[in-house]
Amino acid sequence: MLRFFLGRLAVLIPTFIGVSIVAFTFIRILPGDPVMLMSGERVMSPERYAELNQQLGFDRPLWVQYFDFLGGVLTGDLGNSIVTKRPVLNEFFTLFPATLELSLCAIILAVLIGVPLGIIAAVRRGSWLDQSIMGAALVGYSMPIFWWGLLLIILFSGILQWTPVSGRISLLYYFPPVTGFMLVDSLLSGQEGAFRSAVSHLVLPSIVLATIPLAVIARQTRSAMLEVLGEDYVRTARSKGLPPRRVIGLHALRNALIPVITTIGLQVGVLIAGAILTETIFSWPGIGKWMVDSVFRRDYAVVQGGLLLIAGLIMLVNLLVDVLYGLINPRIRH
Amino acid sequence: MATNTKDPNAAIGLEGGPSVAATRRAMLGEFWYYFRQNRGAVVGLVVFVLIVATAIFAPLLAPYNPSTQIRGALLIPPVWQEGGRWEFILGTDAVGRDILSRLLYGARFSLFIGLVVVTLSVTVGVVIGLIAGYFRGAVDTIIMRLMDIILAFPSLLLALVLVAVLGPGLLNAMIAIALVLQPHFVRLTRAAVMAEKSRDYVTAARVAGAGNLRLMFKTILPNCTAPLIVQATLSFSTAILDAAALGFLGMGAQPPTPEWGTMLAEAREFILRAWWVVTFPGLSILVTVLAINLMGDGLRDALDPKLKRS
Repeated sequence: MLRFFLGRLAVLIPTFIGVSIVAFTFIRILPGDPVMLMSGERVMSPERYAELNQQLGFDRPLWVQYFDFLGGVLTGDLGNSIVTKRPVLNEFFTLFPATLELSLCAIILAVLIGVPLGIIAAVRRGSWLDQSIMGAALVGYSMPIFWWGLLLIILFSGILQWTPVSGRISLLYYFPPVTGFMLVDSLLSGQEGAFRSAVSHLVLPSIVLATIPLAVIARQTRSAMLEVLGEDYVRTARSKGLPPRRVIGLHALRNALIPVITTIGLQVGVLIAGAILTETIFSWPGIGKWMVDSVFRRDYAVVQGGLLLIAGLIMLVNLLVDVLYGLINPRIRH
Repeated sequence: MATNTKDPNAAIGLEGGPSVAATRRAMLGEFWYYFRQNRGAVVGLVVFVLIVATAIFAPLLAPYNPSTQIRGALLIPPVWQEGGRWEFILGTDAVGRDILSRLLYGARFSLFIGLVVVTLSVTVGVVIGLIAGYFRGAVDTIIMRLMDIILAFPSLLLALVLVAVLGPGLLNAMIAIALVLQPHFVRLTRAAVMAEKSRDYVTAARVAGAGNLRLMFKTILPNCTAPLIVQATLSFSTAILDAAALGFLGMGAQPPTPEWGTMLAEAREFILRAWWVVTFPGLSILVTVLAINLMGDGLRDALDPKLKRS
């Protein structure tokens, strides 16, 4: 098992180095002078320029700069944001809980609804129920989620006035962040109505972000279940006279869930891409909106650091999924 | 004996076997038979053909020029709602442009984006994948590591940053999306080539003296096309969605281009006042993408021999 893990890790290292080179290169091939861009100053004297050039290290050979950058990455120093002047890593960790909370809610929603729907569709294969579920899943899979979010806002915030339009909690409430998760913090604060407010802010973004993973999980569960239901051991279990509920729930589902778990793991990239759009629509202060804002503010230090952190995060989760897959399915390890 | 004058092979009577044209016709017939089994796929195909027709005949169908601003006709609701007018069936936007006309012209952009992105990513991806799968060794390792790097980023984020580097605009958005989509074609082609390369017919062609290029493109590639066609269809819809998302974020086509995603971005501030400026462009994106995905499912059923119920 350790060998399997180390093997996967060894493949990741060159990829991570490549990712760091990409993030490092972006800022140097951007239109404009990196010194001007990194300092955020528009007009400067030649002396000031030379000083900054030296200060930022742009006067050194490229490879020295790269290793300096890589050294910084490994010691947790990703430089400072041009706009806020705060360390990029601090900003990331301040905003990350918001994205994590939203993504967790979305993936829980997607699994809780998607897996049962997939099972029902597989068990009732060919029925109108199967066709409606798969039809709905294909609509979800084809959904432009930025539009879906706007539609939900029109309906639930505009016409019905049930939910707020943006943010994580009503401005009426203030409490210092403890865990960074608004649902937990609002409960800890003990303020009346705070939790309710946090939930109502979270509902629509979670639905929007869950849409595509839900559709993918439902489709994947259905096809995995169909494959397993045709296996000999399921037929054996049936012919032993076991009740269908037991055959489906115990014999079939356990094996069908193996590929489904991989699918769930692969949704991390989808969730981050979705978070970029969802957070923009709902003004959700997470890393998706942070990246979009930084691209527009030309805050390249944040773009560079953010790219590296997000790619690193996705690689890490994929590694964990691989390992988990190896744990539940020993055939893969060899 | 009936001689078919149109078909030279049949006239010669080649070993009694079917002619090339007849084989092709039979294959197409078989393909259509399986494709037709999937009702959704046929519906998707019909809708897609309608959208293509809309795009081609947009100037004839559209009642107005898509960028003409009609004075005194700001935010007019669709015809069935109170205050709606027959001249603007789907209403007008905040600067008095006819929404229906803009949507009809918008179909051109979406299809164009899909076509360009898929052509770019398929061409580049297939060539790179062929090289990796055929030559293996160090070339393969380097190529696959490079693809891993691209795949390590969420595609929309990478496309967003790439467009920021290249400068916002439709052309750059298409290049960026093609770049983030092509690793999928590289991986698919490589896997298919590796599976085919050791087959007897390839060895036979090599023994017969076929060079590397001929082996790669004429002998192996035609036998790897089924998964590529399915992936190309799915990428077509992904390209439309991603381009619309970039347009929505302000990094794709720039206003006043009637691209659907860009239209949504312009309409955002009016969502609570004028539902129609938001609803119709998004609905157009959904219907187009859904039609293509329906077709993709049908293509997979028809082209994947494993799923054929024979």
